[in-house]
Amino acid sequence: MLPLRVRDIAKTFVMHLRGGLRLPVFSNVSFEVAAGECLVLGGPSGVGKSSILKMLYGNYGVDAGEILVAHACRPVDLAKALPREVLDVRRLTLGYVSQFLRAIPRVPALEVVADPLIALGSDRAEALERAEAALARLNLPRELWSLPPATFSGGEQQRVNIARGFISDHPILLLDEPTASLDAANRAVVVDMIEEKKAAGTALVGIFHDEDVRDRVASRVVDVSRYSQRRAGQ
Amino acid sequence: MTDAPILEVRDLAKTYGARLGCADISFDLWPGEVLAVVGESGSGKTTLLNCLSTRLAADGGSIVYAMRDGSRRDLATMPEAERRFLMRTDWGFVHQNPADGLRMGVSAGANVGERLMAIGDRHYGRIRGTALDWLSRVEIAADRIDDGPRAFSGGMRQRLQIARNLVTAPRLVFMDEPTGGLDVSVQARLLDLMRGLVRDLGLSVIIVTHDLAVARLLSHRIMVMKDGRVIEEGLTDRVLDDPRQPYTQLLVSSIPQA
Repeated sequence: MLPLRVRDIAKTFVMHLRGGLRLPVFSNVSFEVAAGECLVLGGPSGVGKSSILKMLYGNYGVDAGEILVAHACRPVDLAKALPREVLDVRRLTLGYVSQFLRAIPRVPALEVVADPLIALGSDRAEALERAEAALARLNLPRELWSLPPATFSGGEQQRVNIARGFISDHPILLLDEPTASLDAANRAVVVDMIEEKKAAGTALVGIFHDEDVRDRVASRVVDVSRYSQRRAGQ
Repeated sequence: MTDAPILEVRDLAKTYGARLGCADISFDLWPGEVLAVVGESGSGKTTLLNCLSTRLAADGGSIVYAMRDGSRRDLATMPEAERRFLMRTDWGFVHQNPADGLRMGVSAGANVGERLMAIGDRHYGRIRGTALDWLSRVEIAADRIDDGPRAFSGGMRQRLQIARNLVTAPRLVFMDEPTGGLDVSVQARLLDLMRGLVRDLGLSVIIVTHDLAVARLLSHRIMVMKDGRVIEEGLTDRVLDDPRQPYTQLLVSSIPQA
């Protein structure tokens, strides 16, 4: 069973506050991702790359088609799964590094990073130790570790987000522009981390605007504009 | 994942004379799941919470509860005495106004200990020990155990109410706007505390709130109510990030960005 199979998914946004305006984004998007490869979603901005990632994570609704995730040895269709099934898939199978960190008030960076391991039942001290190692590798200043990330800079928040996404051994990992606000040294760290995930057999799907990073990590590129429903000039 | 819901609600309805309270409410709540019911005042969410917790008798539909022994019981046909026992032991109810859920005339320790005595504990030392333990879990200093809630701030009173509810290790907790009326920083501390407790204790929770940020932080699932009916429901981040219904889109777009 492939970790991830996407069949004919479609997305249209209906803006009820603008008189029910319909914004078709894409339709009939299909692809598969094998263990150990990094599939890159390509195409100009606005074609719906981020929307696809959010649909893969169960964060956006799916209008048509199916998203089959190999979850605990059986396929789960995320397009139709119940909330508690989606949450179980996220806990065990599906990791996600979003573009922006949604900071939880009062929770220190170290706990934000360790959280996915604790949710999997890991020993708390061990989870925090691994979180420290991840933040150190991404060069986040040690004095920030015990602070909530709400007041961090964009690049610091992104590194917390990356550390959190990469800390667990989820079989599938979704990456939404993980290197957008990083300097060259930290970009190189993230590229190494992606290569390690591939070597460990993780199936990755990512969006990378940085061409250099994309060329280094991509196993294949799917051009999303092929499926675009937007007319020229829209 | 466990394979049986703790609460099964079907076609629940309540009217006040000619006026609709809520109608056509059907859902399952699973163990460990936190369900937020959101909507404006007058949308029927508090009526729904009161019907579910049997504080208000519904006019139609059924509510089936999975007891500790695994048996499934319809709450409408459960004898009054048994239902009261359930409310004192297996359930909690956190009110928006702590004064509605606390006994204001007795000490903090007595407020927590009273629920233990209600389930038959008579050992003073043990009750006081458990009360102290719970006060510390809700971040109330041990030297405040003999003070009454009147001497507490709003945030402390709310934390005391939570301790009073959780001391009997309930499986299902109802919350009605538990952070309403508190300062933002006090609210954040309370939310953080509730998040931790819900997760550590594996509680099932139904929380009514008009505050979508509270729903996002605490809940797994959301039901959006309008005019007494559920108009949209689903995974919390899906409903808030990709709202489908006109009313949900209006609610989400009305949140001020801090």
